[in-house]
Amino acid sequence: MKVTVCIGSSCHLKGSRPVVEQLQALVASHQLNDKVDLGGTFCLGHCQQGVCVTVDDELYSVSPETVTDFFNEHILNKA
Amino acid sequence: MAKFDTKVQLLKYKVLKEVARLAWNDQLLDHIMDIPKTIAPGKTPTMRCCVYKERAILAERVKLAMGGNAEEPHVIQVIDIACDDCPASGYEVTDSCRGCLAHRCEQACRRGAISFDHNHTAHIDKSKCVECGQCAKVCPYSAIANRKRPCQNACKIKAISITEDNAAAIDHEKCISCGACVYQCPFGAITDKSYILNVIDFIKRSEGNTKYRTYALVAPSISSQFSEVKLGQVISGLKALGFHTVVEAALGADMVANLECQELVEKGILTSSCCPAFVRYIKTAFPDLTKYISHNLSPMGAIAKYMKEHDPTAKVVFIGPCTAKKMEVQLENVRPYVNAAMTFEELQALFDSRNIDLASLEEDVLDNASYFGRIFARSGGLSDAVAEGLKEHNLADSFNYTPCVCNGIEECRTALLKLSHNALKANFIEGMACVDGCIGGAGCLTHGEKNKAEVDKYGRQALEKTISDAISMLG
Repeated sequence: MKVTVCIGSSCHLKGSRPVVEQLQALVASHQLNDKVDLGGTFCLGHCQQGVCVTVDDELYSVSPETVTDFFNEHILNKA
Repeated sequence: MAKFDTKVQLLKYKVLKEVARLAWNDQLLDHIMDIPKTIAPGKTPTMRCCVYKERAILAERVKLAMGGNAEEPHVIQVIDIACDDCPASGYEVTDSCRGCLAHRCEQACRRGAISFDHNHTAHIDKSKCVECGQCAKVCPYSAIANRKRPCQNACKIKAISITEDNAAAIDHEKCISCGACVYQCPFGAITDKSYILNVIDFIKRSEGNTKYRTYALVAPSISSQFSEVKLGQVISGLKALGFHTVVEAALGADMVANLECQELVEKGILTSSCCPAFVRYIKTAFPDLTKYISHNLSPMGAIAKYMKEHDPTAKVVFIGPCTAKKMEVQLENVRPYVNAAMTFEELQALFDSRNIDLASLEEDVLDNASYFGRIFARSGGLSDAVAEGLKEHNLADSFNYTPCVCNGIEECRTALLKLSHNALKANFIEGMACVDGCIGGAGCLTHGEKNKAEVDKYGRQALEKTISDAISMLG
């Protein structure tokens, strides 16, 4: 599964770093490192919906506050 | 109206803008011959002896604006017919010599090169003179002038000579592509080749970034440029030009600082690898010191590599103050990551070729890097960032860090000479070929005293305050 977090300027200012850090920790704590390919990209073209995260090309709007719910629903369930 | 330091820059800009305007409209091939006449309509000459010479020179400028001779890789080129064959006779006594009694000039000259005629006027014997300049310093009438060509004066590594037919010539074996001569030649006879046509081509062929994405990778010195508008408006302008998005090269600087501090501890002595002109200078003038050059890519190369790894079809265009970057992107280890390099001068021409009025645009955001990545743009910033890197890696106490900040290629030379004789009392050389660092680059629109303060201010505005926070997102 490929999970890509937008680290472009707009998303960065909305909290890309905590989102990435929390996702890294969650992936590690669920021992999903082999299954989840976590990466970054500069701008997914949906700056209004930041922080933008794609899971196998499906776009989601995530914030540092919602990242755990997002992980449980869209990554943990499907990985 | 675009703001530049000199009218030479303005002339170069007019050519670039016209070439770009025609290229966007697919009319360049049909109208290429018209450009000189568009810029110098005549009949009265405004720059040279006649409009025909003006147009002949402009035709050469058009060629270089289009990338010049593709088989000739050197970025800095002399336009022979534009060279005004400036006097280059060295120290000479001028009419201002009043034939005084003091003869301080004679006393100051250790070579006995000064004599006096029957009017007591001083004369310099060129066969004895070593161009030390002491006579000129002591003359109370400033009557002794140094007739040196501005290009040769600017080229501190002495890569410029004079040909038999009196024009300037660049020794490309020595040239480090810093562009000092480009900025200093009062006739615009030395210029940097432009690759803006490649950039326009990337943008057009991406079909609105649907076929692939074209990224603008901007140097942190942009904070001291386009001072009439807000930085956020420049970012909007770049997107209006057709770039997918804008990324800070300063994030690459954070990556470099993070690795370079560890490499320094490992090796014990290190020279920076950020400035391509400095790196080339070591390789050409001090080949024995090549082993001390940091193995890191430059900040531009480091972040572009990351971008290409995550978006393999991307086109990455570096935009900065630097002519040497155009040389760096041709290097084998950089070429895979950066598709083209251009200067702020060229960016201004691209904006205006599309009639993009920056002042009327909304402010977009630019925030990828930390304070430390951003201050790479000015002399001393890289050394500060390495100090911070050592601190963040808990190496600051165990490693005695002694940086030597070299501001401009002359200071670089002095430090490298000392290093080659094991006489340098420092273990890290920050080498920047341009005085003041990148903000002194030849491709800047303007150079001002406030530029350093602008860079520091921009650094403080960064969301991330540490290097490790800035790079933590990169995984």
